[in-house]
Amino acid sequence: MSLLTRNKAPKLAEHNAGRKLFGSRGATITVWIIAILWTVPTLGLFATSFRPKAEISATGWWNIFLHFHLTLGNYSAIFSTGTVSGISNGIMPYVINSFVITIPAVIFPITIATMAAYCLAWVKFRGSDALFYGIFALQIVPIQVALVPLLNLFTGGVHVGTVTVVPALHIAGTFMGIWLPHTMFALPLAIYLLHNFISSLPRDLMEAANVDGASHFMVFRRIVLPLSVPAIAAFTIFQFLWVWNDLLVALTFTGGTEGINPLNAKLAGLAGTWGSHWELLTSSAFVTIVVPLIVFFSLQRYFVRGLLAGSVK
Amino acid sequence: MSSFWSDNLPKLGQMFAGIAIFVAVLSAVFFIAGKANGKKQRPIAILVFLGPALLLLLFGLLGPAIRTFVLSFKGSASHTWVGFKNYQWLFTDESMRIVLRNTVFWILFTPIITTGLGLLLAILLDRMRRESVAKSLIFMPMAISFVGASIVWQFVYKYANPNQPQVGLMSSIAKHLGFEPTNWLLTQPLNTFLLMIIFVWSQTGFAMVILSAAIKNVPTDVMEASALDGATGWRLFRGVTFPMVRSTFIVVLATMVVATLKLFDIVRASTGGNFGTSVLANEMYSEVFIRYDAGRGSAMAIVLFLLVFPVLIYNIYNLRRERSIK
Repeated sequence: MSLLTRNKAPKLAEHNAGRKLFGSRGATITVWIIAILWTVPTLGLFATSFRPKAEISATGWWNIFLHFHLTLGNYSAIFSTGTVSGISNGIMPYVINSFVITIPAVIFPITIATMAAYCLAWVKFRGSDALFYGIFALQIVPIQVALVPLLNLFTGGVHVGTVTVVPALHIAGTFMGIWLPHTMFALPLAIYLLHNFISSLPRDLMEAANVDGASHFMVFRRIVLPLSVPAIAAFTIFQFLWVWNDLLVALTFTGGTEGINPLNAKLAGLAGTWGSHWELLTSSAFVTIVVPLIVFFSLQRYFVRGLLAGSVK
Repeated sequence: MSSFWSDNLPKLGQMFAGIAIFVAVLSAVFFIAGKANGKKQRPIAILVFLGPALLLLLFGLLGPAIRTFVLSFKGSASHTWVGFKNYQWLFTDESMRIVLRNTVFWILFTPIITTGLGLLLAILLDRMRRESVAKSLIFMPMAISFVGASIVWQFVYKYANPNQPQVGLMSSIAKHLGFEPTNWLLTQPLNTFLLMIIFVWSQTGFAMVILSAAIKNVPTDVMEASALDGATGWRLFRGVTFPMVRSTFIVVLATMVVATLKLFDIVRASTGGNFGTSVLANEMYSEVFIRYDAGRGSAMAIVLFLLVFPVLIYNIYNLRRERSIK
């Protein structure tokens, strides 16, 4: 509403007068200075990843502006399928691992959370509010408190005394063993954000569907899912970034199994072993960075809108 | 080449199989549960919609959290009860003193700097006519993993011996300004602050975007009325703008406090927690998975939880108030 009034042309002059905390030009200059400062470190990495090995340690990356000499050699090295400085097949297997981990670890929690959010918002029952608060509270519990017991659950099951409540799942070191923790840890925030959105859907619509005799499953599939696309998209980006960029869950639940190690965790390890191979480290780092950047910029507008659903009024 | 595909194709197969099974099971359950009618319809719907989430939360977060609490009173291999010994060690041991000090530094500085800078940028953006590119550039680091960010910043903090060329940006600038560059990341306690800069760099964009949306929601007439009353600059900000976005500011601040406490990756990837830079979340990982002391590690996790507890209470209080207004 306020957004609309602000965009009306005749109001613009008054509006600017009212909002003049800083001059418009001063603001623009300050923001651009900060934006450039914020970009320089990434630019350094990007530039370095295209420089020949010998030059990286001889001169600072900013010298590319004076002495333009770039190569794609670093990238062809890390994507070659031969052995590159101790890792076989280059970084491609880890890129694949990252995708294999991330895509299901985004789909699973979003689906389960959308279902739960619909139930908590529209199929109210005694205690559903308390349950919602409980789930909301779990949102900020540090996942550190869950790591050790969850790993034990995967390797040894749950026992109370001598009674086995849950048998050993034997999924430590498999993709299932990393999809599952990511799904579990994502649920509180996912349910909260989606609940904000789904509970604001028009009541008339839901009631009309109920009067027509539609079951909850039909309402969910035909009304709730299609209308929740913006919130689902927002959470998709959030979860994609979180899983792709995660280190703690990967280190804990891959247990060092190279076959399922994602790129980001591998990169953290390479920072040590490739300490002298800056040409390989920077190009690998850039590959790690560029995937979430693409996802992020292509869906950016959903990100802000969906995150803010219900939180900023 | 062939070994590459024989290694990696099965992984993609696992991924598609995993997704297909998930979708198939869900469709089957929906189909069967959808057949239910009459009185059974509601309870079955609740069970199907909410059951999976609750089960996962129970086994993935709630149960483990309780178990960690129990483990924190046990010895390194979880066989013997040791009472409060792990906590006592945590708060008295010489090596832990630096870890706790760093954790306090992180909580004191990073959330307020990040959120404050985010607010400043949000206000400045509101003054600008065209904002999109600059805004995206400042927001961009948020999409970069903390591991990636740590490597990005290596090129700022890198240091070489004085007789060699300085290829780190900071070292080079220091040299040009006539200072003798040092090995920044080894210098205590400066290194902890240098790591904080990486966090601020990464998260300011997030704070900015949320606060920017909040400022846009401040009704124009309020601003205009105060401007007519002669409020300008700082007074306008303190009297009108800030009070209108205060609740959002606190929410972002709280989010940053929690993120700071959980912070692990930057320390892990930059210094591995050495040279006096470790924080609680990083030390907890080392304790459990490197020194194999589940007792001490669990105690650290519980302390982390107690530290975020006030934020949790505040958030619930806020949520209840918001919902009662609705």
